[in-house]
This record gives sequence, C-alpha cells and structure tokens, in this order.
Amino acid sequence: MKLKLKIWRQKNQDSKGTFETYNVEANEHMSFLEMLDVLNEDLISKKQEPVVFEHDCREGICGTCSMVINGHPHGPNAGTTACQLHMRYFNDGDTITVEPFRAAAFPVMKDLAVDRSAFDRIIQAGGYISVNTGQAVDANAIPVEQVDAAEAFDAATCIGCGACVAACPNASAMLFTSAKVAHLAKLPQGQVEEQQRVLDMVKQMDDEGFGRCSNVTACEAECPKGISIDNIALLNRKYFAASIGSEKQAQ
Amino acid sequence: MLDGKVPAGPLTEKWQNYRGTMPLVAPNNKRRLEVIVVGSGLAGASAAATLGELGYNVKCFTFHDSPRRAHSIAAQGGINAAKNYQNDGDSVYRLFYDTIKGGDYRSRESNVYRLAEVSTNIIDQAVAQGVPFAREYGGLLANRSFGGVQVSRTFYARGQTGQQLLLGAYSSLSRQITLGTVQMYNRHEMMDVVKVDGKARGIIARNLLTGKLERHAAHCVILASGGYGNVFYLSTNAMMSNASAAWRAVRRGALMANPCFTQIHPTCIPVSGDYQSKLTLMSESLRNDGRVWVPKHMKDVEAVRAGTLKPTDIKEEDRDYYLERRYPAFGNLVPRDVASRAAKQACDEGRGVNKTGLAVYLDFADAYERYGKSEANAHGIQNPSKEKILELGRKVVENKYGNLFEMYEKITGENPYHTPMMIYPAVHYTMGGLWVDYNLETNVPGLFALGEANFSDHGANRLGASALMQGLADGYFVIPYTVGTFLSKEIRTPQIDPNDEAFAKAEKAVSDRIDELFKINGSQSVESFHRRLGKIMWDYCGMSRSAEGLEKARKMVRELREEFYKDVYVPGSADEYNPELEKAHRVADFLELGEMMIVDAHDRNESCGGHFREEYQTEDGEALRRDDEYTYVAAWEWADPKAGDPVLHKEDLTFENVELKTRSYK
Repeated sequence: MKLKLKIWRQKNQDSKGTFETYNVEANEHMSFLEMLDVLNEDLISKKQEPVVFEHDCREGICGTCSMVINGHPHGPNAGTTACQLHMRYFNDGDTITVEPFRAAAFPVMKDLAVDRSAFDRIIQAGGYISVNTGQAVDANAIPVEQVDAAEAFDAATCIGCGACVAACPNASAMLFTSAKVAHLAKLPQGQVEEQQRVLDMVKQMDDEGFGRCSNVTACEAECPKGISIDNIALLNRKYFAASIGSEKQAQ
Repeated sequence: MLDGKVPAGPLTEKWQNYRGTMPLVAPNNKRRLEVIVVGSGLAGASAAATLGELGYNVKCFTFHDSPRRAHSIAAQGGINAAKNYQNDGDSVYRLFYDTIKGGDYRSRESNVYRLAEVSTNIIDQAVAQGVPFAREYGGLLANRSFGGVQVSRTFYARGQTGQQLLLGAYSSLSRQITLGTVQMYNRHEMMDVVKVDGKARGIIARNLLTGKLERHAAHCVILASGGYGNVFYLSTNAMMSNASAAWRAVRRGALMANPCFTQIHPTCIPVSGDYQSKLTLMSESLRNDGRVWVPKHMKDVEAVRAGTLKPTDIKEEDRDYYLERRYPAFGNLVPRDVASRAAKQACDEGRGVNKTGLAVYLDFADAYERYGKSEANAHGIQNPSKEKILELGRKVVENKYGNLFEMYEKITGENPYHTPMMIYPAVHYTMGGLWVDYNLETNVPGLFALGEANFSDHGANRLGASALMQGLADGYFVIPYTVGTFLSKEIRTPQIDPNDEAFAKAEKAVSDRIDELFKINGSQSVESFHRRLGKIMWDYCGMSRSAEGLEKARKMVRELREEFYKDVYVPGSADEYNPELEKAHRVADFLELGEMMIVDAHDRNESCGGHFREEYQTEDGEALRRDDEYTYVAAWEWADPKAGDPVLHKEDLTFENVELKTRSYK
C-alpha cells in the first residue's frame, strides 16, 4: 500500500515545528511503528534525519509511545496503543497525519517525542504506600475482597502514556491522577494515607500546569487501557472529604 | 579458579548466618556513602528504593523517560514464592530443588536456596505496597501452576504481573525520590564504568536529551541493566533493551558468565516479514489447553501454505501431535527448551505451516469441545448440537485467555477461536550474565550486578515465573545486606572525586568513541547491521548449535563488525537527542558480545538447558549433558580481538544437597 504521511517535525523544545509530507510504501501486516521504521530507514539511506518517535515494548504495556494519529492519541482503534495498531486498518492511498501529544505540561522535545516527567512528579507527590522494605506483615494477614482487588487492578492497569491528557481539550491529567488515587483507595493498605495522598497529588497536578476536568470524557474514550471515568468521580469524593471534611492540607 | 565466596555451614543456615555475622554500616556512615544504581526495572528500582530507605545516598539512572518504562513491565505470567498457601506440599526446599533441576544443574546451590528463602518476603512486601494480586472469594491470595513444577506457587495479577510489581517498586522508589535519599536520572545512559585503584567508583553517563557527558562518582556501582536477548535482533525484549552497561563493565575487567545460556520461548507469534521489529509472546499458560501439531503429509503442508486447504479441514489421523507423541508423560507441557527444540525439528523437516515454513499450530479445538460438553451438562442442555458445544466451549476459553486471544488477533488479523493459532519459538530471556559471587559482587571490587544482568540463579534454563522473583529478591532482600559487606570497609573513604584523572580518561574515551562512530559516515544504517547480526546469531547460536556452525558464525560476526566500523552511517550530531546514535553504541556492543556468546557455546561441549549442541544428543535426539567435564560456570574475560581470544575462568559447581539427574519428560 502507498501512503502519504504528514508528520510533525520539530528540532527541539525551543524551535518551531511544522508538518512535513513523506511518501511511504507499507504492507498490511506491519504495525504502525514498523511502517515508521520503513520511513526512517528510507530517510537514513538518503542521509536525511529520521523522525524521532518514542517506543519500546511494542506490545502495548510500557506506555512509551506518544503520538496522535489522524487526530486520535494512539490512533483511531479503541483499546489500542500506537504500537499495536496495524496497517491493515488503513487503505492504499490514505493520507495519515501524525503529531505529538499536545499539552502545555508535555513540552515537545523533538518531532513526536514529548516530556512526560510531570506524571512522575504527580506520583512522587503521594502515589505510594509508605512502607519500607522488610516492614510488611504476612501477605494473607489482611484479606481483600475479591471485587475490591479486581477494581484496584482495573485502575492500576494505567500505563502512564498520557493519552488522556492529549485527548482532553483542557489537557487535564485527572484520569491519570484519579487512577492512582483509586487503585490505592480500593485496598486496605492504601487507606491509611488516603486523605493526604489525594490532596498532595491534586496539588502537584495543578502545579504542573494541567488543566481542570470539565467532564468531557474524551480521556476515557481514548485510553488504550480502558481506565474508567468512575475513578475521577471517586477522586472528587475523596478530595471533598479530605479538603472540606478534614483539617488536612496539601503539603 | 573463581571463588564464589559461599558462606560455610549447612545450606539452610548459610543466609541466616551471613546476616547474623556480616559487618554493619552505622546510620551516620550510611548518610556519607554514595551508591550508584544503573537501571530502574524490578531489580534496580527495588534496590535503589531499599538502599534509600536504609539511609544511603543513592543515584539511580535509566535511559527511559521514566523508571516505570523498564522492560520488567512486560512480564505476563506471574511470580513464584514458596508460601505454601495452597497446602499442596510446597516448601523453600522444593522451590530450590525445582529451580536447580529446571536450570539443568548449572547454577550455584547457595544462591538458589537464598532466592527460594526470600521469595516469601517478596509477596508480603508487594502486597503491602498495594500490588493488586488475584484473590479468592474469601479475600486471600490466589495461585496458579506453571511449567516444570507440581505445586501451585505462582502469584499473579491477571496477565500483567510484571507491570504491577514494577509499579510497586516504582512507587517505593518515587517515595524515596521525594524524601531526597534517591536522586533519579531519567534519560541518562551509562556509557562506561570508572575504576579508581581497581575499585568501581562511578560511571560516565550521557544525558540523552542534550548529549552532554556527565561524571558521577560513588563508593560503589550496582548494575541492574537487564539481559542481552536483543543480540538476536528479533526477540520478545523491548526495542531499547540492551547489554551496553554490562558490556562496558566487561570491557573494564568484569567477567561474563555462561553467555551462551539463552532462553528460547516456545509460544510466540511467528515472524511475518522482513520489516518485523520484534516478536510477541503468547503466555506459557496456553499450553494447558492448546495442543501443538503439524500435518503428517507434505501434500497437506503445501496446501495449507498455498491457502487451498484450511487447517480445520485436515483429518485427525493426518495430524502429528508431535509433543504428545514424543513426550507422552508431559505432552504439551514439557519445559520451554524441550518444546522449542521440538518445534524447530518439525519445521526443519519441512512441515512448518505458514509461508515462511517457520510455524506450528497451537490448537484449542479439543478444549472447546471438552469445556463445551461440560458446560452443556452443567446447564442441563440435552443433546446439544456440535455448534452449541463449540460455542459454549469458546466462552470458557475466552474467560481464561481472552486477553491473549485478543492480542493474537490484533497482531495477526486472524481469529484464533475459529482457526488454530500459529506459533514459533523466539528469544525471550538470557540466563547468562555478569559473573557474581554470593554477595552479587562481580570480580571488580565495588561493582555489583542484579537481576537478569547477572548469571547466578537460573543455570542453563529458567523456569516460568522465576525472573520476577529473582529481580526483586536481589533488589529488596539481598543487595541491601551484601552491599554492606563491601561498604563497611569504605567508611573512611572520603567522597569520590569526579575530577579524578580516572574519570577524565574514561570520559575522553567515551567521547572518542562517539566521534569515531560519526567519522565513519558510511552508507548503511545501524538497524541493517543489527538485523544481520541477529540472523547470524539465530542461525548458528540459537536453538541448536554445532562446532562447525559456531566457527563459521564467529568468522561472520567478525567480518560484520569490521564492516560496521567501515560503513555504518549515524545521522545527526552528538549534542542533541539522537536515538540513532544510542542505537549505534548498543549495536557496536552487541557485535562484540555476540562473538563471546559464540565462543562460549563452542567451548561447552555438551547439551544442557537452552544450550543444545548437535554433537551431544542421545539416540532419540534428546540433550546429552556431560557432568563429568562441564559442571562449571564459564566466566569469560574480554580480550581485544586483535590480541587474542577471550580468556576462560572457571567456577566449579558443587552439589551437596541435590543429586544430578538426567531430565526426562517421556
């Protein structure tokens, strides 16, 4: 299949980017990233600079890929990361637009690669249980209801890719932040620090420059791992309880 | 002869005695001592977090944009632990024994026993961190079985156990970053180890965004940088997984142990074309219900390849369920090395079922029927039609493996509920790695290696669900103690000075290497060299090896390396974000490591675990181990190829607690 690619090229964080057009010959068995590999091999053979895009596991779990394909983070297919998207979903002669995740808190570093370290800092603000190695009690000492463990898992399955931010017109990180808050709040081990955690993580999220949530729900629609907006509702409840219902303050 | 520094005393008391008598470092001294950890996967993140908790000054480095991206994240199946929660006869000794036997008696008893001992603590720790393991209705932890064992000791979080355990370690690491005990360096690649007066005292790192070289000094250096499966180009490893940190250590005098021990996983999605960049694993658990087969007759093989015959139309008597035929006792559940070799043999006979001739069927039709009948019975459906039975059966299989079937369909575009899956073995894990003693310290004082980066626990073949166990055991529960044995002697050592001449020299060497790569300005891409190297390694140092083939391969790798240094083209410049330059360094290192793997495979004149030498097999084609001559660890010292061959150092393996037996699955 012959394709026309409109790809965002940007030298570095300080320079201005622009779309460039490339032609590429692909076949339907390739993954989207393998199609970009073919383009890059072609560019290198002409001694031109290859397109920088981030990727690693290429099986949808590491959360490294960060591109918007035809207007959708990770492309048009539901529940699929860019690396799992295959070319059989495109047609000969298609023009495909590829650009980086766009958000003030995710500055573009080069071409399709963005800086998502803001997510790390949100986790560092409180996305953990304070337990040192060796302090744990026996794993079966505290039973956890099966449904709670399953719901905690559903929230914890977030791969931290940032598609939720890229999909949101406000570039809000509420789905990401709430998934971590919910994961830990569903488990008895996480409930001890629940109130302080939600205050601190929300404050960090705001400080990083992410927008406010206005219930657009595009985050849920574009999330490759199906993280539910129920988590956002849970975060809001926990946040009210911690901010209005307690004397705790974000640190 | 290498000294593993194994403590004296009975096996069951070694670790306890070690901990009770080792020298300690007082809290006030810990605050002064600096530790570098390279890698942020299960081993690296757990080590950095725990050392931070203990009060050491830790710097942790990853080439990823976040510690959470490390390739441990992709592990599917589970983690073993000798909890015996199922009351089915498990014990520390049994986990130890299964691991030693599964490794075909090529690992160190004392290390493996310690691994089995601390395995139970890992589960406690992970649960305390909030890892959402699968649970029973009563709220207690669930277990499942894995290959090569007869108990249920595998803890799991659906098919994403590695992800959940890594996020647990990452959360502990994040907490220490907030508390200031760990300084995290994302997007930094270790380019070299720096030795001062013979001890590892720091690293040269490259900031991957700016290209700037940085000197980082510390009292000791811990490498937790993963395995080297990507030597083969196509593997289930992530694209950026590489051997460079470990290989740079080898170039500075560390020994590489058993590099030829690589694991080929039997159930992966076959290669579909020349552009393919990586392979995808289908979990071992599928072999519980899937039957592996190829057609008996060449006319059927040709017809399915041409697309004129559907596999479902091949009659039962015209199929060869070769695992069940050859290994009636274990059938489709033989260990990974055995299953992989049998698939290769079937395809070598010309009976591979896809266009490339390199695929076999994994068929669930029997399972649909079996489960379907039982479901019909349970729901009181009288005389169900064949279609109804299959429909009910597919539902059951979907509940067990739905996510894997979905992944298969995403990649291949074929619906595995209606046609058998096609699978083929692929490189998955490397048992070999940096040689370490009982302290996990390499032969370079102050240089430690953890997780897949070391060689110590899996011998010649790793059992399923044991990689996660080892990475976390090393990081949470072993290195926090054993590093103290080294650091307790360093309490009078002042802060290491990164302006020391050794750092300046190492930095200069790195920058010269970068210049050299740009100067070549040839015509072929880095990727093309990597692909060619992978092909050589797979053909001659993959599932089956021979002295003749290995000799040929060694020559080919050397020629390829020469060509690389004459004709590679690296675009861009050194002072910017340049993934092609990163790749060039990694492939340059693979081109050297690949040769060492070949040398090791050539030297080991026996077949054991993942290492199958064609000259050493029984009459019916099974592996022939030679305990009298090869019960040792082969630890190789690097030598400049112009000056000579790698130098072999041996560590004799002594087995005081288990009897060496031939593994039989017939």
